[in-house]
Amino acid sequence: MTDSDVLLEVRNLKKHFPIRKGVLKKVVAHVKAVDGVSFSVRKGETLGLVGESGCGKTTVGRMIMGAYRPTEGSIWFSPPNGKPPLDLASIDPGDMRELRPHIQMIFQDPFASLNPRMTIREIIGEPLIVNKVARGEELDRRVHELVEMVGLQPQHMSRYPHAFSGGQRQRISIARAMSLYPALVVADEPTSALDVSVQAQIVNLALDIQDKLGLAYLFISHDLGLIRHFSNKIVVMYVGRVMEYAPAQNIFERPRHPYTEALMSNVPTTRPELIGRRIVLRGETADPINPPPGCPFHPRCLYAEEVCANVVPPLAELSPEHQAACHFSRELNLTGCDALGCAV
Amino acid sequence: MEESREAQKYLDASTRQLIWWRYKKHALAMIGLYLIVGLYVFSMFCEFLAPYSKDTRHFDMTYASPTKIRLFDDEGKLKRPFVREVKMDVDLKTQQIRYLEVAGTHYPIRLFVRGDSYEFWSLWEGNLHLFGVDAPGRLFLFGTDRMGRDLFSRCLYGSRISLSIGMFGVALSLLLGLVLGGVSGYVGGWVDSLIQRTIEVIRCFPSIPLWMGLAAAMPPHWHALKVYFMITIILSLVGWTDLARMVRGKLISLREEEFVLAARFAGAGHTRIIFRHLLPSFTSHIIVTVTLAIPHMVLAETALSFLGIGLRPPITSLGTLLKEAQNVTTIALYPWLLIPVAFVIATVLAFNFVGDGLRDAVDPYSR
Repeated sequence: MTDSDVLLEVRNLKKHFPIRKGVLKKVVAHVKAVDGVSFSVRKGETLGLVGESGCGKTTVGRMIMGAYRPTEGSIWFSPPNGKPPLDLASIDPGDMRELRPHIQMIFQDPFASLNPRMTIREIIGEPLIVNKVARGEELDRRVHELVEMVGLQPQHMSRYPHAFSGGQRQRISIARAMSLYPALVVADEPTSALDVSVQAQIVNLALDIQDKLGLAYLFISHDLGLIRHFSNKIVVMYVGRVMEYAPAQNIFERPRHPYTEALMSNVPTTRPELIGRRIVLRGETADPINPPPGCPFHPRCLYAEEVCANVVPPLAELSPEHQAACHFSRELNLTGCDALGCAV
Repeated sequence: MEESREAQKYLDASTRQLIWWRYKKHALAMIGLYLIVGLYVFSMFCEFLAPYSKDTRHFDMTYASPTKIRLFDDEGKLKRPFVREVKMDVDLKTQQIRYLEVAGTHYPIRLFVRGDSYEFWSLWEGNLHLFGVDAPGRLFLFGTDRMGRDLFSRCLYGSRISLSIGMFGVALSLLLGLVLGGVSGYVGGWVDSLIQRTIEVIRCFPSIPLWMGLAAAMPPHWHALKVYFMITIILSLVGWTDLARMVRGKLISLREEEFVLAARFAGAGHTRIIFRHLLPSFTSHIIVTVTLAIPHMVLAETALSFLGIGLRPPITSLGTLLKEAQNVTTIALYPWLLIPVAFVIATVLAFNFVGDGLRDAVDPYSR
């Protein structure tokens, strides 16, 4: 792969939300929601972004979508029309409007993300209308096509969202995201609000569409087992920082960070004799306002030593494309999903 | 999978239909709705519905009690409703005026009679009334006042003014509330703080003294109509704060909704987001607040006019009608002068019922 295949490149991305207090709204502290995250997504591939809730993965997604301005860092996006990459972190609103059609989002909550007062036709057609892509009969035809593509019945297009189940609503949400044939889709936990039986359907639908349209996904999830099957690369985040970043195969074979290992050991297993080896993390997730010194994971880490509490481990390159932020990633022999017989 | 007809109907329904279905289940709210529609129709067509014009004076019939409507004649036979001629008489013992029916007279109540001429909505002239009796018989359903004017007719004319002041006042408050609340919620920052603090200051004033002060500032030589508009403006200057707060609160919570974010990510501009996503999501809440605000306006107008600082005769409103019933003698001797109170109560209750019903129905997606 050459460099021109890179669709999205995130470099040292930071987002610190100020906490204001008092009458004068003085800034007393910062929530370091995202604190130095870097990764890249190539055209047509899927990057899985995992971590516990509150680790900043949604904030990363929202910054890429332009909902928040990053405090620091850059987000380079290469438009599919061959123009040079643009930095979304400092882009002006006019240019952003032009890029909108290429970056779309699937939301987590299918009940909050569809306007209850619009019909399915209006919801799916909205991106086409506001970007002046289609109207009139052409619009109808395109919406019809999209509805069929996501496996819904076209005769229900004039219904309102309340008439659909969670899974169906998520299909509508997908159809809306796909309406402009984007190059990148940020999927923010698209299955976590759904029944387990429906989750697989939605994931499969997303993958089918990826095959058809050749788009790239930034798939945000807290479930390693779920994204294992279709992610090319995986970023593991903890309290706003990247703990491990590697191709999916490498990471599941042999994780190089204790946090990744802990996450993997909690994926349901097909080998009941290994259940006893599940790592139950002590304590709470670190406070992003006041993260612990040294490695942010050290208070909960099974392998922590003195150095971990004092020195922040850098994100070190262990092999080409495999990075981990742990002082002992070379020494430790951690078990991955493959050895644990993860069920999914 | 086959859907039953019932389910199909539900699934195809729009938000508006869902709200209406849910509203219909609320019996009191439906009664309130019929009452309001009735009151507004009455006040709209009061020239035609009232048997007399509001200023027609029957000099020989001052403080006449409500006319008795009879169904049986002297022989005890059932007849269509009729009234008897009434003559003024003075009780020599108490020096009180009383009205005695003249035996044997018989004036049936007829529909579509010609009577006092009027100008309907200043559009065309007419003299047709829904019902009435031939002279010298007279029909005063609610009696007459001190100048011999028919109280029933005056009540209809009065509710026209009172109800319309409610409507216009609220419309004006709505405009102020929407604009100021909208700016406050959408722009935020110091603009928001400024507007919110202003609202707090306005709400701190005790309302009656504030109205009195403003109303007293109006020059007494002003035309009655000008006074009417000024009163409306005064009432809404105080009334917009609730609406502005509601609009602001809704905007702030909706702005963060994912479907609004989705529209933004789709590339929609501010105008589209405001008019296609934000406004439609809280129009029903606005309607609720408005229905609950109208009775406040009606009450405020009544209170002001009753105190003599609101509308003044010749404008007839429920408040100016009640002003006639200010002293104990009147109430003791001519209790029918209190009938306009029933109109006030009916209006306020009806609006409150409707508002309650709507409040329960506006969010058809909550179970």
